[in-house]
Amino acid sequence: MTNIYSTAAEMASALSKKEITSVELTKAHLDRIAEVDGKLHSFLHVDNEGALAQAAEVDAKRAMGKMSETLSPLAGVPIAVKDILAQKGIPTTAGSKILEGWRPPYDSTVVAKLKAAGVVILGKTNMDEFAMGSSTENSAYGTTQNPWDLTRTPGGSSGGSAAAVAGFEAPLAIGTDTGGSIRQPAALTGIVGVKPTYGGVSRYGVIAYSSSLDQVGPFGRTVLDTALLHEVIAGHDERDSTSINAPIPQVVAAAKRLDVKGMKIGVIKELSGSGFQAGVSARINESIELLVAAGAEIVEVSCPNFEYALAAYYLIAPSEASSNLARFDSMRYGLRVGDDGTKGAEEVMSATREAGFGKEVKRRIILGTYALSSGYYDAYYGSAQKVRTLVKRDFENAFTKADVLISPVTPTTAFKLGEKSNDPVAMYLSDIATIPVNMAGIGGMSLPVGLAEEDGLPVGLQIMAPLMQDDRFYRVGGTLEAALLSKWGKPILSNAPDLAVKK
Amino acid sequence: MTLDYKSATEKFEPTLGLEVHVELNTNSKMFCSCATEFGASPNTQTCPVCLGLPGALPVVNGKAIESTILIGLALNCSIAPYSRFARKNYFYPDMPKNFQTSQYDEPICVDGYLDVEIETEDGPKTFRVDIERVHMEEDTGKSLHVGGATGRIHGAEYSLLDYNRAGIPLVEIVTRIIPGTGKYAPQVARAYVTQLRDILRALGVSDVKMEQGSLRCDANVSLAPIGSGILGTRSETKNVNSLRSVERALTGEIERQANRLEAGERIIQETRHFLEESGLTRPGRSKEQAEDYRYFPEPDLVPVTPDAKWIEELRAKLPENPADRRKRLQKEWNVPDAEMTSLINAELMDVVEETIKLGAEPTRARTWWLGEISRLANEKEVAPTSLITTAFVAEIIALISSGDLTDKLARQVVEGVVSGEGSPAEVIEKRGLKVVSDDSALMVAIEAAIAAQPDTAERIRGGNIPAVGALIGAVMKATGGQADAAKVRELLLRHLGQG
Repeated sequence: MTNIYSTAAEMASALSKKEITSVELTKAHLDRIAEVDGKLHSFLHVDNEGALAQAAEVDAKRAMGKMSETLSPLAGVPIAVKDILAQKGIPTTAGSKILEGWRPPYDSTVVAKLKAAGVVILGKTNMDEFAMGSSTENSAYGTTQNPWDLTRTPGGSSGGSAAAVAGFEAPLAIGTDTGGSIRQPAALTGIVGVKPTYGGVSRYGVIAYSSSLDQVGPFGRTVLDTALLHEVIAGHDERDSTSINAPIPQVVAAAKRLDVKGMKIGVIKELSGSGFQAGVSARINESIELLVAAGAEIVEVSCPNFEYALAAYYLIAPSEASSNLARFDSMRYGLRVGDDGTKGAEEVMSATREAGFGKEVKRRIILGTYALSSGYYDAYYGSAQKVRTLVKRDFENAFTKADVLISPVTPTTAFKLGEKSNDPVAMYLSDIATIPVNMAGIGGMSLPVGLAEEDGLPVGLQIMAPLMQDDRFYRVGGTLEAALLSKWGKPILSNAPDLAVKK
Repeated sequence: MTLDYKSATEKFEPTLGLEVHVELNTNSKMFCSCATEFGASPNTQTCPVCLGLPGALPVVNGKAIESTILIGLALNCSIAPYSRFARKNYFYPDMPKNFQTSQYDEPICVDGYLDVEIETEDGPKTFRVDIERVHMEEDTGKSLHVGGATGRIHGAEYSLLDYNRAGIPLVEIVTRIIPGTGKYAPQVARAYVTQLRDILRALGVSDVKMEQGSLRCDANVSLAPIGSGILGTRSETKNVNSLRSVERALTGEIERQANRLEAGERIIQETRHFLEESGLTRPGRSKEQAEDYRYFPEPDLVPVTPDAKWIEELRAKLPENPADRRKRLQKEWNVPDAEMTSLINAELMDVVEETIKLGAEPTRARTWWLGEISRLANEKEVAPTSLITTAFVAEIIALISSGDLTDKLARQVVEGVVSGEGSPAEVIEKRGLKVVSDDSALMVAIEAAIAAQPDTAERIRGGNIPAVGALIGAVMKATGGQADAAKVRELLLRHLGQG
């Protein structure tokens, strides 16, 4: 029987066989949200009416019969969307007070594609303000809790989307990943998250944090679900100059292939061993054994410049952010503070930005403004760009020896809420393994590979592939997922506590 | 004791630098598909991109790149195979993103020049103006400051913002410093802007209307004691809205700077605003402390990498340099300077050329456009070119040349065409304006004239050819001016045994 615990692929199949309607499925998820979101706080806005209307529309199309073959595979399946994607008429805040009350007059390309595919948008999910953070604690609207342990973070910045999927509030979700903001929360909540190749998915309508690093991507509870969503949102968009004009990688076929014979899998020396929690390393090593058993060949690769990636990231991302966030000035939309008729435009801008931006956002704006200043530009922004080139070369070299690369997604499992919120550098370090991927523009997947013995929390394996070869990590991920499932006998999320009120 | 312009330039050597901003006449904006029409209601030509809404992204207008490359080629620039946009960061309410997307250290066109000719006391002299760069950027919106004294932001009660102009493609053409112009600096500047305007117009890439702001000139000038070899501190004069103002603003500014220097004061590096009424400038923003715009490459746009083959195709399409063309046409048509100037000032050179290309005789083409057609246009307060097509003018001139129309009849034909009575052929038909050239019809009138003036006829028979004038006049009178005088003369002389 299809219910909220089913996979998106199962839901899609039941919908197409008319065993269930989209309205029923959507209602079930809205009920679940009403029941558990008080604990998780995954959502900033739930669009009950809009979702049901969209579901009814898909049902009507399907009822007409002749349309069914033209319906997208995910038509009628619900989804949660990170609150950083513009959706026409729906409050969109990017987790910031400065955008409180703003309703975009237009749809982002990804939202438009979801709508066109009949994927039912349940609402907008919580996030670190402007995607700056790794715990969702930087949201101006309260933090999100991890469904595995409500005292812990679901990760960030796409923590709301990850918690919604892990907490069965939605089978699928959209996130964005600038330095690990999809992969890290996926790892911390035991779900699948993919950062596609930069340019693989349109950024049009995605509120920019760091334009050269930001990328939209899918969350799902299985590799196949994630691939199905990936195919819906990917593709060239003439509204985004940086989107790649090439065919979408065949990720769904790759997810179904379940075969890695002859593939060379590179283990990145610099992202293993010391510095990683014991339970994390143990699960990664186990995964390597399973891949070997499935016929893959393991090689060790070295990426010596990765050690500079984190520092370079914290120059490039804040630099671009300082410019991207300049537009929030109260003149055209969003918050306006201090406009009492006596103050000039500059004073109102200043008062609004002072009141509207949170601490971490201000920190990064100041950092970036400094790094771009004349006299410092070459030393900071310029050097960081050189590091970026070196990181790209490290990947290029590694990919001459291996088809995909693997590493842990995060150094640790989900940390306690509040544990790192006063120590920015400790927080930044949770993205140490994910940042190089953004710097190089390649794609990467976070796959849940078990629980750490010491805390019983999920561990994520990162699988990386060369530019526009995203299908490779779906192939490896799908194969490993199947091996793990047969080993465990049940999905990883069945180990998580049931959040629902017992009836 | 104040220095006048003459004594100022006897003591000091001016060094010029000119920055010209050109609004391209593309149908859509630089980075979005919004319309660019001048004078639309405020904020009606906007979209998420040019309003800088969260999430919106720019996409470069390919037509703007083409226009910029054409400008670069016409100014003898090299076209960069790889150029980029950058962000110029500063806060101002009329700039939606609080950064301007502009090319910076990697412009699309570099290292060109333009030779400009001016009249000097020693005759015509050519100055070479070196072009440093031609680059693309987007325009800002417009602020209207309401209340307060001067329409400036300080002291205003409130400000209105119109973003229709935000994102209009702008091309900035920057010269290197122009030394050695001496007292002719203002004339060189004016000639440069004039020639640039003519080139841009010939390329068809801009409306080049200074009064509407589609062509704007910032004039930099500095002074140094003659022979000192040093470069003085410059000022930058903005708000120069006509060619005449370019010359006036620089003359005024040279005088002002000379007097300050003469009084032992220093020149402040600043922006100054030209005041049209007085011809003076008032101080604006100080540039003593260089503003830090924190430029960095625009990450939302990919580099501009025009194909070499495409550049060569554009080069092949370049129109002739307007200054060269003017000289060539003047020679071909054998026109005196003054009349050529009238043609250019009346903006009629193109139509005259076209009319000639359609077979019209050059002198007639010029005379008709500059004379009768311009006169009618003046009466109606419209452009001559809006009254009648070059094809119709050429047709009428051909009829005059063949003797089918007299000038007098032709004027009526033009008048008919302008009043919408149809093509010249139709007007001639409807109004019955055909020259009487049927010999038998004419012969009746000729015989009547001879009969009326037998003495004159006798003198002609006797060899006094000039006497035929009186008989021609009589025939013309009898035919109501519709006869071709040359034809009448020929028939008369033949009839009287002199043909």
